[in-house]
Amino acid sequence: MRGKRLQQIRTIADLESLRESILQKRDSGKTVIRTCISTGCRAKKSVKIIDGLRNEIRKHGLQDQVEIKKTGCHGFCEMGPILVVEPENIFYCRVKPEDDVDIVSKTIIDGNFIKRLQWKDPGTREHTKYERTLPVYIKQKKDISFNCGKIDPTDIEDYIASGGYSALGKALATMTPAEVVETVVASGLRGRGGGGFPTGIKWRICSAAPGDIKYIIANGDEGDPGAFMDRSLMEGDPHSIIEGMIIGAFAIGARQGFIYVRQEYPIAIEHLSIAIQQAEEYGLLGKDILGAGLDFTIKIDRGAGAFVCGEETALIISIEGRSGTPRPRPPYPAIEGLWGKPTVLNNVETLGNITKILSKGADWYSNIGTDNSKGTKIFSLVGKVRNTGLVEVEMGTTLREIIFGIGGGIRKGKRFKAVQTGGPSGGCIPISKIDMPVDYDSLRDAGAIMGSGGMIVMDESSCMVDLARYFIHFLLFESCGKCIPCREGLKQMHHILTNICEGLGERGDIETLTELGRFMTTTSLCGLGGTASNPVLSTIRYFRDEYDAHIYNKKCRAGVCKNLFEYYIDEELCNGCTLCKVKCPEKAITGKKKKPHMIDPQKCIKCGICYSLCKLEAIRVR
Amino acid sequence: MKIEKIDSILKKHEYRHSEIIGIMQDVQGIENYLPEGTLRYISEKLELSLTRIFDIVTFYKAFSLVPRGRHMIKVCCGTACHLGGAMQNLDRIKRTLHVREGETTEDRMFSLETVNCLGTCALAPVIQIGEDYHDAVIPGKIDNILAAYSAGHERQEVATD
Ligand SMILES: Cc1cc2nc3c(=O)[nH]c(=O)nc-3n(C[C@H](O)[C@H](O)[C@H](O)COP(=O)(O)O)c2cc1C
Repeated sequence: MRGKRLQQIRTIADLESLRESILQKRDSGKTVIRTCISTGCRAKKSVKIIDGLRNEIRKHGLQDQVEIKKTGCHGFCEMGPILVVEPENIFYCRVKPEDDVDIVSKTIIDGNFIKRLQWKDPGTREHTKYERTLPVYIKQKKDISFNCGKIDPTDIEDYIASGGYSALGKALATMTPAEVVETVVASGLRGRGGGGFPTGIKWRICSAAPGDIKYIIANGDEGDPGAFMDRSLMEGDPHSIIEGMIIGAFAIGARQGFIYVRQEYPIAIEHLSIAIQQAEEYGLLGKDILGAGLDFTIKIDRGAGAFVCGEETALIISIEGRSGTPRPRPPYPAIEGLWGKPTVLNNVETLGNITKILSKGADWYSNIGTDNSKGTKIFSLVGKVRNTGLVEVEMGTTLREIIFGIGGGIRKGKRFKAVQTGGPSGGCIPISKIDMPVDYDSLRDAGAIMGSGGMIVMDESSCMVDLARYFIHFLLFESCGKCIPCREGLKQMHHILTNICEGLGERGDIETLTELGRFMTTTSLCGLGGTASNPVLSTIRYFRDEYDAHIYNKKCRAGVCKNLFEYYIDEELCNGCTLCKVKCPEKAITGKKKKPHMIDPQKCIKCGICYSLCKLEAIRVR
Repeated sequence: MKIEKIDSILKKHEYRHSEIIGIMQDVQGIENYLPEGTLRYISEKLELSLTRIFDIVTFYKAFSLVPRGRHMIKVCCGTACHLGGAMQNLDRIKRTLHVREGETTEDRMFSLETVNCLGTCALAPVIQIGEDYHDAVIPGKIDNILAAYSAGHERQEVATD
């Protein structure tokens, strides 16, 4: 691609003239194929598709007229690999490597649509031709994830062309550090990492803390299972996080920054590394940034697979090169953080908001959202919902709008049971609260939390007791063991929940769980133990009947807890295709061809193979 | 591991104690595990106690003190994958390969691990084998997926949808 840049950007005027020259070189009529190379689409071979398209384009001698742009996540991951042809804005999904011939000859050359690659509404069966008319996108408000899926995250010039680094320019040229801090305070931005602490206040505390050496850290550990918006931002728009960090560094007076990324995200690490290197080459990181006398560099640290290292004090200890166990607060990191120095630690999505606030102003920002929750939030909408992927909506949007409006409702015509938000610290919200606005306070009142923004939708095939056990199991293995309430409390909770799931539950178990939960909440050292009981308490609160069915009737109606249900074959539905019989590893299924089959419950180990393979859904749970 | 290789990793990290996690990640990136001899060497070179090194190695889930198989199987146990049947998939893999989590098959072909979340929740349930992601995995397809790797294909092309 570009050669090494010799001329660095030294002033704001340099930056603006570079932006103009990039835009001038662009030909707006040129065909551009935007293809996602983020983890989701890459898992479905998008890199291979790009190679194929390149070949086809070359074959037709079109390499000068058609550009392939590798982008980050478009958000509609389930339909990946996703591809958009510009300038027409044609949208194709579920693209396969062998589609490259048709895409080039039919769409690029002949200008025709390929119907089989269009998105089809599963309800109305209507096809959507353009990205801009896609129902899942229309209902969203993409402010923070705007660039994801649009720009090439490995090319700083693409970011600059889309207005990148102008917020930094504005801050350095026209504002004092204190003015930057107060702008962020006025915006009302709250942290997206889980706690929802006002970001501006955190910056103010840190900038007022005594000392010459200060640090800023971006938290890209994203440990909550079921959440992946931070990954998408780091992969799809890494410069916006870097720019947010430089602005933060200017505001608090830091000269060194760290981005802590979990190692399960290799592409995020790669894209951030490239972005940092390019920013250095262009003079946007390093000494005397934009001639404003600001020196700032960023280093990436990789996590090593410990959930608790997402907690701020543990994360800091991990950067210092030790095992990351949390320490008591206060002192808060803003006063005493990395190597004992004042440190601002922000989630990467929080930092992604900073450039928008600086360039469009605190007033613009604080007009979006609700009284106490400003701006937009990216959620990862996954589970039993039809359209899974990332959605960005204004704070205060109702759960119904997100799950049914954008998400398209529940898959396979099943019924909605609950939505889990906030990961292992969060809770489950039942159907009765579906019209609740999604903001920090409403979620907390409902017994859940915003957390990092995971939204896992469940239907009648999800067992709430099993889900509670799942989260406690998760936390049991991630608890660092330093404080007793968390270490021992989780062990006991896990023991009781496992018993209930195995059919050994007893009267009084629910009361013991409730008491243990309250005790852990008030006495644990860090948020891990402090919020660990939320999944248990919220499922007891809303789904007590399921606990009762497990304990007293020894039944798991969802068909999840192995000892508490059995598979059977519905004679009306079975057409005797023999697939289940052939595949059953235990030879528990009998029956003649074209005649209904039967399962021997004595032999069945409930491995789920027959259940997962039967096309007629004739295998049932009782 | 060759001494020169370890030295170059240490040099890259400027022999800093605070870089110990990154150093071991680099070693494991090459060796697939952390050989005891290498850790002893690092301990001497950095003048960092072995206790501290082993504390870190055993604290972070990503590190392994034993060699691992040719294909690393990571079963994602994130919430979306769990709801989608990750446990049944895991059970199937264990039965087929006769290993438990954290173990390696006798022929050193596969190592089995569970991970908290791969961040590909929209494709749940997911298993990762080497660099390949398999999406929407169901118990009935596990044996086919594994067979393709046993047959010796490095990057194989099992249809998972
Ligand atoms: C157990 C535990 C895990 C956490 N994991 C994360 C995480 O993965 N990512 C994150 O940004 N914050 C995480 N946090 C919250 C951080 O401690 C911290 O509050 C946050 O990163 C601050 O950034 P913010 O103010 O921008 O939200 C976690 C907290 C706890 C108690």
